[in-house]
Amino acid sequence: MGENGTFWLPEGASTLSPEFDSLFYFVVIVSTLIFLGVVGGMLYFSFVYRRRNEAEMPEPVHDNKLIEMASVVIPTVLSLIVFTWGFKMYVKMYVAPPDSYQVHVRAQQWSWEFDYPNGTKSIGELHVPEGRPVRLIMNSKDVIHSFFVPAFRVKMDVLPNRYTSVWFNATKTGEFDIFCAEYCGTAHSKMLGKVVVQSESDFTNWLASSQKGSQTPVEHGQTLFTQMTCNACHTIDGSPLVGPSFKGLFGHEVKLADGSTITADENYIRESILQPGAKVVNGYSPIMPATYSTMASEDVDALIAYIKTLK
Amino acid sequence: MWSLGKRKTSFMNEMASSAAVTEANPAASVNYLNYDKSIKSWLLTVDHKRIALMYLVTVALAFLAGGILALLVRIELLTPGKTIMDVQTYNQVFSLHGIIMVFAFIIPSIPAILGNFVMPIQIGAKDVAFPRINLLSYYVYVVGIIIVLLAMLFGRVDTGWTFYTPYSESIGTPILFVTTGVFVAGFASILTGLNFIVTIHKMRAPGMTWNRLPLFVWAIYATSIVQVLATPVIGITMVLLFLERVLSIGIFDPALGGDPVLFQHFFWFYSHPAVYIMILPAFGVMSELMATFSRRAVMGYKFVALSSVAIAFLGFLVWGHHMFVSGQSATSSIIFSLITYLIGIPTGIKVINWVGTMYKGSVWIQTPMLYALSFLFLFSIGGFTGIMLGVLGVDIHLHDTYFVVAHFHYVMMGGTVIAALGGIHYWWPKMTGKMYNETLGRIACGLIFVGFNMTFFTQFILGSQGMPRRYYDYLPRFEHLHQLSTVGSWVLALGLFLVAGYLLFSLKRGKNAPANPWKAVTLEWTNTTPIPHPHNFTSAPVVTRGPYDFHLAPEVFGYTGDGAVADAVPTNDAPATQA
Repeated sequence: MGENGTFWLPEGASTLSPEFDSLFYFVVIVSTLIFLGVVGGMLYFSFVYRRRNEAEMPEPVHDNKLIEMASVVIPTVLSLIVFTWGFKMYVKMYVAPPDSYQVHVRAQQWSWEFDYPNGTKSIGELHVPEGRPVRLIMNSKDVIHSFFVPAFRVKMDVLPNRYTSVWFNATKTGEFDIFCAEYCGTAHSKMLGKVVVQSESDFTNWLASSQKGSQTPVEHGQTLFTQMTCNACHTIDGSPLVGPSFKGLFGHEVKLADGSTITADENYIRESILQPGAKVVNGYSPIMPATYSTMASEDVDALIAYIKTLK
Repeated sequence: MWSLGKRKTSFMNEMASSAAVTEANPAASVNYLNYDKSIKSWLLTVDHKRIALMYLVTVALAFLAGGILALLVRIELLTPGKTIMDVQTYNQVFSLHGIIMVFAFIIPSIPAILGNFVMPIQIGAKDVAFPRINLLSYYVYVVGIIIVLLAMLFGRVDTGWTFYTPYSESIGTPILFVTTGVFVAGFASILTGLNFIVTIHKMRAPGMTWNRLPLFVWAIYATSIVQVLATPVIGITMVLLFLERVLSIGIFDPALGGDPVLFQHFFWFYSHPAVYIMILPAFGVMSELMATFSRRAVMGYKFVALSSVAIAFLGFLVWGHHMFVSGQSATSSIIFSLITYLIGIPTGIKVINWVGTMYKGSVWIQTPMLYALSFLFLFSIGGFTGIMLGVLGVDIHLHDTYFVVAHFHYVMMGGTVIAALGGIHYWWPKMTGKMYNETLGRIACGLIFVGFNMTFFTQFILGSQGMPRRYYDYLPRFEHLHQLSTVGSWVLALGLFLVAGYLLFSLKRGKNAPANPWKAVTLEWTNTTPIPHPHNFTSAPVVTRGPYDFHLAPEVFGYTGDGAVADAVPTNDAPATQA
């Protein structure tokens, strides 16, 4: 199906799709072979041992330990092979390369919005450069959605209360379908989009010429940092105030008041803004006000983008 | 009269004498169907056999309703965009299809009908341990389902049968009724499970050791454990959903500080074991069919019996494989994937042993056996595609597509429903005293097999090509496969209506069935047809052989047990009466 797809799979257009396809076909082929064995055996026995007269009395069964053991050992070995391969591929699919181009995705009933680092926004069409890893940081404004691009073999649910992420590296220019893959209400089946993969130069031109907000997310975050008076309790130069400093925060380990440590990723910062009492840093008091708990997700994203620049 | 003290010296004499007494005029004897024909005697019965038939009627009606909804879904999907209904209606139709099929049809199906009817007789008991609770289970089930139906008919429930939050909380009051209905109906499952566990432990006839239990009983036993342990979890989840809506406490709703993924954990913690409630009894029916129609004990009896228990146990540990892309941690996903493979192993053991049962057997192709062979074909496809979905990297692409829809229809319909049909055909003569038309039986099985594959195999391809599930509208390139699938659903429906037709017809005009048309040797075949009233046996049977020891069953095969055929060659019409 599609110009370059096969019987089973649509055209693959990412760095990981060939590996996915290999694993998929391997499991299909092994399953088919075993299936043919089972069904073939069943049909063969039904014919060869068909009842020829009413009084036939087969010999009683003698348990065959060899067959029982084989029916345990062989599937276990096959399962472990397939599991290991799937697990390794999953780890690759899960962990984005460190210098990925980051785009924010906002899902809502029933459309997709995309925010680019330079302040560009687009609705319904996700533009990405070919040959560069792209990491999507996703959030929903209402119910659970799911971001699915069959051509890249990627999918991840998009949640309202935290970020999820997905990454891919597109290997072909062109347009590829985005589907919402988690039922989200009336127009679920119309919540479609397109990934538009462009060459680097075309992509740069598109970014420059398309609809922009007045600020990049980083600039917006910097404005909010003072506008929302975060600077009253948090510095950006490393010195502790009422609250911990944001310098060097993102991506590093933080020690919490209960003794545990956590990596300061997007979800940690988001939670700390919206639910300040959830994870208090060791050595500080839990006195951050709850006034920020209703902050709009665009503003939270912008603050996070700004904090990421404070190395 | 039930007399526990009596012991018969010879099992053969016992069976021969009871056969002789009633065989002369089986239709006229006092049996459980004709001893009292008033409505009250049916509605207030505590006889497990009558309760089983009441379940049969209600569950069949649920299947009809769910089936019509399915046909409507498939007609709408003939073309992209609107075909016969608007999007809001469609979303409710597919949701109602799922809710009815899961809660009203398939969860009760084999345990409530065949488990109730057959299991007590197979262990040599006169009824279940708690007959009045058995009747209560039935009414609790009916009330629960009625509440759910009312909710669906008076409100807009379009959440799918999975009710994921926060969407399910945004649809308003109907969700309160649906959750209440599911909560109530769950008790039917718990009470039946409890009843069966106690029955199997405490009411086995003398000589019926655990190692002599028919595999159907082992399967019902394992299922009952899951019913009792898992169902309370969905009940509590429904209560939490209800309380969150009514009291505005934050559990699942992020606007109140809750976590929507928590709902998924709670929901699947029940709903995954629930699918083993659906399939384990089907495995039990399969064992009975393969043994009887190969005239040979099921190969690897101990392995097959214990694999049911293993599946019941492992089934509680894999719920997260429904949530690989939910945002749960990679570590959780990896652990759930690994354990999911482990469940495939005992299932594979069963399939190998069933095929091995036919080896050097005496394979007799009758309608129930056709269903058993269809099961092997269809369930294997369902099982392998389940393994495929369990592969972490692969599931990312296939999750929430038609591939999953095809997988679960292959195991639930190609597995459970096919086995249920096989079981109903197998035990039909014992339950009703009538035989159905064998030719029509084979034709219907063929239609169902072909129609089913046409409907659902195409959906594997739709899914792997990227077609998401629960979609009203779709991209034009998926149209041809959808049309093929819809035509398949018509063939499937034709086969199923044909089954209903000739079974109902047999009640009026079918030939009277002999006591043991299949020459089977489990206990339910040793008494008359239909089963006598008031109890299942004239006195407690004493069991001296295994459940599939055909070579030790002279009362059926008319010889003395060393394999030699005596004078009277048994035919289908007259069971052997000489000892």
